[in-house]
Amino acid sequence: MAYSFPEEVLEHVFSFLSSDKDRNAVSLVCKSWYEIERWCRRRIFVGNCYAVSPEIVIRRFPEVRAVEIKGKPHFADFNLVPEEWGGYVYPWIVAMSAAYPLLEEIKLKRMVVTDESLELISKSFKNFKVLVLSSCEGFTTDGLASIAANCRNLRELDLRESDVEDLSGHWLSHFPDNYTSLVSLNMSCLGSEVSFSALERLVARSPNLRTLRLNRAVPLEKLPNLIRRAPQLVEFGTGAYSAEIRSDILSNLAEAFSGCKQLKGLSGFWDVVPSYLPAMYSVCSGITSLNLSYATIQSPDLVKLVSQCKNLQRLWVLDYIEDSGLEALAASCKDLQELRVFPSDPFGAEPNVSLTEQGLVSVSAGCPKLRSVLYFCRQMSNVALIAIARNRPEMIRFRLCIIEPRAPDYLTLEPLDTGFGAIVENCKQLRRLSLSGLLTDRVFKYIGTHAKKLEMLSIAFAGDSDLGLHHVLSGCESLRKLEIRDCPFGDKALLANAAKLETMRSLWMSSCSVSFGACKLLGQKMPRLNVEVIDERDPPDSRPESCPVERLYVYRTVAGRRVDMPHFVYTMDEDAALRFS
Amino acid sequence: MEGYPRKDEGCHQFLDLIPKEKKRAVKRAEETSSEDKKLELRLGPPGEQWTINENNNSSSKNTTFGYFSNSPRAQNSILKTPWQDQAKAHFLHLQNSENKASANTAVPNSSSAQKRTAPAPVVGWPPIRSFRKNLASGSSSKQDPDSSNVVLDKVSCQKSKETCPKETLFVKINMDGVPIGRKVDLKAYDSYEKLSYAVDELFRGLLAAQSDSSAGRSKDKEDGQKAIGGLLDRNGEYTLVYEDNEGDRMLVGDVPWHMFVSTVKRLRVLKSSELPTLSRGNKQGKLSHDTSLRC
Repeated sequence: MAYSFPEEVLEHVFSFLSSDKDRNAVSLVCKSWYEIERWCRRRIFVGNCYAVSPEIVIRRFPEVRAVEIKGKPHFADFNLVPEEWGGYVYPWIVAMSAAYPLLEEIKLKRMVVTDESLELISKSFKNFKVLVLSSCEGFTTDGLASIAANCRNLRELDLRESDVEDLSGHWLSHFPDNYTSLVSLNMSCLGSEVSFSALERLVARSPNLRTLRLNRAVPLEKLPNLIRRAPQLVEFGTGAYSAEIRSDILSNLAEAFSGCKQLKGLSGFWDVVPSYLPAMYSVCSGITSLNLSYATIQSPDLVKLVSQCKNLQRLWVLDYIEDSGLEALAASCKDLQELRVFPSDPFGAEPNVSLTEQGLVSVSAGCPKLRSVLYFCRQMSNVALIAIARNRPEMIRFRLCIIEPRAPDYLTLEPLDTGFGAIVENCKQLRRLSLSGLLTDRVFKYIGTHAKKLEMLSIAFAGDSDLGLHHVLSGCESLRKLEIRDCPFGDKALLANAAKLETMRSLWMSSCSVSFGACKLLGQKMPRLNVEVIDERDPPDSRPESCPVERLYVYRTVAGRRVDMPHFVYTMDEDAALRFS
Repeated sequence: MEGYPRKDEGCHQFLDLIPKEKKRAVKRAEETSSEDKKLELRLGPPGEQWTINENNNSSSKNTTFGYFSNSPRAQNSILKTPWQDQAKAHFLHLQNSENKASANTAVPNSSSAQKRTAPAPVVGWPPIRSFRKNLASGSSSKQDPDSSNVVLDKVSCQKSKETCPKETLFVKINMDGVPIGRKVDLKAYDSYEKLSYAVDELFRGLLAAQSDSSAGRSKDKEDGQKAIGGLLDRNGEYTLVYEDNEGDRMLVGDVPWHMFVSTVKRLRVLKSSELPTLSRGNKQGKLSHDTSLRC
């Protein structure tokens, strides 16, 4: 080859590229770069476990150390994906256990992880360090016990929002006595009590422990001893934050907290008794991240706490904070970047708190660094949305959920098209958007025209016709994930933009107007797409082809159709065309 | 109450009770019917705006689209998605129980003018993770019968987090020999017999697939599957047991249904041969945790 730049040098240069996008771009330059890059890629991210097979990944990247894989569609979070749909990690673990003995990290999201998988992980990778199971399910504390017992170099065990079957709290005792490498432990999702003495001993012998998130079963009285053993903690999640009110408990806890000089994040606070909140006041000035989304306390108590946290960057809170609390937040927390406000009573017919669009407007006006919003409320107006858009044109994530479907601008009774239109027009960097309220096809025209950086869009109960979906698919050039429910979008828009779907990671449509016939056609026309119809009633071919399908999940893949489909998933490909016609 | 919706009545009659919903639904119906027109238009070659990117397959496309025109019945069925039906059924149920539970006898027509009607519960809406739904589950959630009428004071609303009747109660269920668990909605049944039938339905196919895993998909094999049966009487191959809120393992069927529903935490279908011999009765008959029952 005439071109003989030393491979080692290129490898070294590539090692500075941390983003997957850049690595992917490098590998497309030429054959030799492709070869060099694939041999030195240490981390891989698989956004959909069915988009590629473990074998293909292993063949291309033989020296991987860290793997991140995602399984089920996002709407699985809200029970829209049936149990047993899939997303099993076991085949991946089996393949990787043979190919990657040096694997150190596994991060999984929305996958089914069995105890068998966990045991295999614990025994296959000698230098295993990081296990993050985010919104995963299918495993028990027995599986965690094998991780604890066998992964001597484990640094991080994070079970965030996973659904773990809790057989016993003894799994924690399986960490060996000479195990000291723990840096981060998040077990906030577990239900049962852990063996407290085992927890205390574990914390005491982990000099590098930075993150500890307890579960609701750990009582407040136990916190002081625990915190004293780990004054180096950076992030701490309490258990149930309640006890009978006794001044000695309060002073003991306050003293313990005051020893944690590096604390930056606080979470937990189940069943919180407000009288115990002052115990944390001494650390508030250092706090940048505060998750109060389980803390059922009223606005005045929230305000007292939050306004002490002058350096707050991220706040998750229930709507008990109300408009007045958000106004106080806007006045005192100038570094706020992310705000999530969750509903305390999502199914009630009447508002139980005084939280409106005004709270969000206040925060957008008062917090110049605000970039990310998730906001549940019961009323919204175009004026408010326009104000938010003008206040914060740097917004990156904007998810608004007006609880009542198809609620119009409550002032004018108009659709909220212009309000969301202002968001996409002003916020040029917007990557994620969730829509709610009364919306016509106009809003999708705005989105298709302006939201050029948008990567993920969630739509519910919106639009009037195929044109809405057409605007989005033909206009949003960076779109990767699109999830739609209960919208009158159908065959025409889908088929007209079939090629677009190959550029995206996935499309979810449930309770829309896509016919079974169109799904079949899409599957036949686009062999690189897996077109899966989900129908739990009876086979879709038992109805006329023009009947709309219950749920449709479309994703690109280089692995072909998946082999683990349950009986209610029907794949649309050439074979299917023969089968069903 | 006159005009009370019955399940077999048409959609429109039901909607008449709730003017606000009606307007939207009618609008939706108009939208959908205009949607229908578009579908008809689409029978011809794609219009200028709707260029289908890959036209090379046009012959197969035309045959497929031709299919639409031949089935006028199908056009109708596009008007409603199955989920809307489902949501409607839920809604009816909610209206029923609301009217029974509350002393508020105002005719829905007049009351809805001032007061917001409860949005029909829809699966997955509002989009909240299930662990966020029962934050107050520890505290008692006694229902205030007047809660829909009074302006809620903050203390009481903190206590009774779920003021609307709970429409589902999902518990996990596992079966010996089937690696993957499922969930069942206990609120969907009102007797042990129905539950047992549902459990049979749930696992029959899986069990068959399990014993014949090489055959792959099992959807066409309904005939070959035999009922599990005998789940409650201890004579069958499998027995249904549950863990209650105190963590004790009990035989399903030993206590009144409503008591079972209020204490059950999860269900298991165990091989009867692996059950220790037990006597009937409530806590006396509980299964010991020490036996090797964990699966």
